[in-house]
Amino acid sequence: MTEVGAALAEAHRRDWAQVLASTAQVTRDLDLAEECTQDAYAQALRTWPRTGIPQRPGAWLTQVARNRALDVLRREASLRRRLPLLVVDPPQGDDRLQLIFTCCHPALSREAQVALTARLVCGLSTAEVARAFLVPEPTMAARITRAKKKIATARIPYRVPADDQLAERLGAVLDVIHLLFTTGHTAPAGPSLIRADLVTGAIDLARTLHLLMPRTAAVSALLALLLITDARSASRVGPDGRMLLLADQDRSLWDHRRIAEGTALLTDALRREPPTRYAVEAAIAAVHAESPSWAATDWTEIAGLYDVLAGLCPGSPVVALNRAVAVGFRDGPAAGLRALTPLLSDPALATYPYLSAARADFLRRLGRTAEAAEAYEEALALTGNAAERTFLLARLAETRRP
Amino acid sequence: MAKYTLLIYGDFEQWEAMTPERRKEHDRAHEEFRAAAGSRVVGGEELEPAVSATTLRAPDVTTDGPYLETKEALGGFYLIEAGDLDEVLALAALLPEVRDGHSGVEIRPVVDHG
Repeated sequence: MTEVGAALAEAHRRDWAQVLASTAQVTRDLDLAEECTQDAYAQALRTWPRTGIPQRPGAWLTQVARNRALDVLRREASLRRRLPLLVVDPPQGDDRLQLIFTCCHPALSREAQVALTARLVCGLSTAEVARAFLVPEPTMAARITRAKKKIATARIPYRVPADDQLAERLGAVLDVIHLLFTTGHTAPAGPSLIRADLVTGAIDLARTLHLLMPRTAAVSALLALLLITDARSASRVGPDGRMLLLADQDRSLWDHRRIAEGTALLTDALRREPPTRYAVEAAIAAVHAESPSWAATDWTEIAGLYDVLAGLCPGSPVVALNRAVAVGFRDGPAAGLRALTPLLSDPALATYPYLSAARADFLRRLGRTAEAAEAYEEALALTGNAAERTFLLARLAETRRP
Repeated sequence: MAKYTLLIYGDFEQWEAMTPERRKEHDRAHEEFRAAAGSRVVGGEELEPAVSATTLRAPDVTTDGPYLETKEALGGFYLIEAGDLDEVLALAALLPEVRDGHSGVEIRPVVDHG
């Protein structure tokens, strides 16, 4: 990549949300703010090779985007007068927070929240967001347009919620960031296991949020969870592109600085407030991350943490499944299989490949190979991720070997 | 400022089955809503049950009953004026129909023909 290309990529990653958020203050229209932000980056691509990279790329881009917005507003004043305008509060502190809370407003569907956040806050292109969520690009474009239109016509305010609502509204923001991350961390379909653009976007967003709300434990806990999980991503796929289980991963590839950063954040969060769901998940990830080897894994601790998690997410079948897996490692495959049994009739898990895969693994370890093979086949039929399929096919072949 | 309608939907059978005490509580909650909203309430009415509705539609047909034959029907509405959706959400949360299992309040912005 050229020097300008690299600087622009960095500015896109670091400054997009800021440029868009402060342009929206001028335009009072998210559509126009998005357009002007895009234009500013395009202009940088044309101008920077000639003039050199500015000292403060973010400030340069914001200036250009805002000027462009003022031009459009002057030229199309009569045309735009009839458009519903964004209800903008004067910025308190950082206006990126206003943008984030607007995109994750409870009057928008979760689908719309996620799409808007990926596009407007993380700066992914509509095509990228569409690919990540497995919908055709025109569908995603329509979803984003509809959401922006609702913000304008229903007058969803461009505002950080008041203190008495902040905790509840923050919950939706954290869920959206977590969903972006998990979608990127194990892509539901396609050739590669990880979509780096989503993972990076989610981590950057969690970092920004932590920077803006450093004393909020729930934010620190989510950032900790993302960092500790991502720190282990280099070892999840072998050199041949095959997915590797935690048991088979090369732990020397883990990013131990990231793990330490995540653990410190988690410790801080747990000191401030009682654990949230993400804090317990981060704690589980930390136990794995700090274990020197698979054999040394502290399953008693992990199973205990899953008990706490099950208490925080009552009725979550996925948590119950993970808890059963931990029990299987603590007390042996027979106990694990027993813990799984009640989940087999749960309709929420009927098409969940990890349930079949977990069951297959317990059966294999118990030497019940015919049943194990059947369960692996079931898991295969349910997953669309190529790396996961390769892994399951290999396990199936092993089970069938006499 | 913008106008919004709060459309109150629910099951008329359950509304009619309310005890006089429940009914009084409901009325009181609506008074509290109107007091909190003050001059922001531009209008609003409670509607007779959906069985009393008459619907006209193409091609020139008059039918007995509401436009949509559903268990839950429009039971009343408010027209209010507010600065933004958060303000409306806070007001609408005061309505008793938000807390009953069979009913709910739909918030619809009104087109500004300015």
